[in-house]
Amino acid sequence: MNAVFYISAAVAVFATLMVITRLNAVHALLYLIVSLLSMAVIFFLLGATFAAALEVIIYAGAIMVLFVFLVMMLNLGTPAMAQEKRWLQPRMWRGPSLLAAILLAELVYMALCGRRPFTAAVVGPKEVGITLFGPYLLGVELASLLLLAGLVGAYHLGRRRPQPSPLREEPR
Amino acid sequence: MITLPLSQVLILAAALFVLGLAGILVRRNIIFMLISIEIMLNAAGLAFITAGARWQNADGQIMFLFVLAMAAAEVSVGLALIIQFYHRFKTLDADAAGRMRG
Repeated sequence: MNAVFYISAAVAVFATLMVITRLNAVHALLYLIVSLLSMAVIFFLLGATFAAALEVIIYAGAIMVLFVFLVMMLNLGTPAMAQEKRWLQPRMWRGPSLLAAILLAELVYMALCGRRPFTAAVVGPKEVGITLFGPYLLGVELASLLLLAGLVGAYHLGRRRPQPSPLREEPR
Repeated sequence: MITLPLSQVLILAAALFVLGLAGILVRRNIIFMLISIEIMLNAAGLAFITAGARWQNADGQIMFLFVLAMAAAEVSVGLALIIQFYHRFKTLDADAAGRMRG
């Protein structure tokens, strides 16, 4: 089972290397999603199944959607459509698809292999939930406050102002 | 059952962190700087999970959950800042905002 870990680690490092060397943000995001998926496989191998599921759902799902939404939003207008078509050419999908296929092959191998794939004891969602809402209850409340502050801050910063600095204009 | 060598997982976390740090130092595109911060946060989360797996309790995963919530809040504020930046400077180059006016 160590080979599965080494392959996932290699995929993670290679995908991250591709992320920071791409010139185009959309291509970098494709590789970043593959990197996060390989991290999820490593979490699974470490016995942290709940964290692996959250990595896929929240990181690779929600946060990456925010990034893609931003990148696509920042170039509006008619040339943007041709640009996006040029960004998402089929050959740009090959690298991330190959890496994702490697991860899928690992997953199928682990599912078909009869032994337990975990190399450590599994800490399941039940224990995580009991601990989270027991000793760490204050932390949960603080995280909710942080998320609320993030929501209010994003709303305040994301508004379009009619003037760049309306406060500097002198009143008549 | 083969036990996973946890020191190698920590080496992987360190390598990913260094890659994120290199990204934030080298790239000047502000979207790539935010992506590099995400990579670094993810590497820190991997280190937490590894420590939790070492002692087989749930604290590592809980710290990962907090890192996740912090990353979500940080990304929402950061993306709003990028939108403001782009509307004001018409570019995504972080050096365009290198000079303060205060």
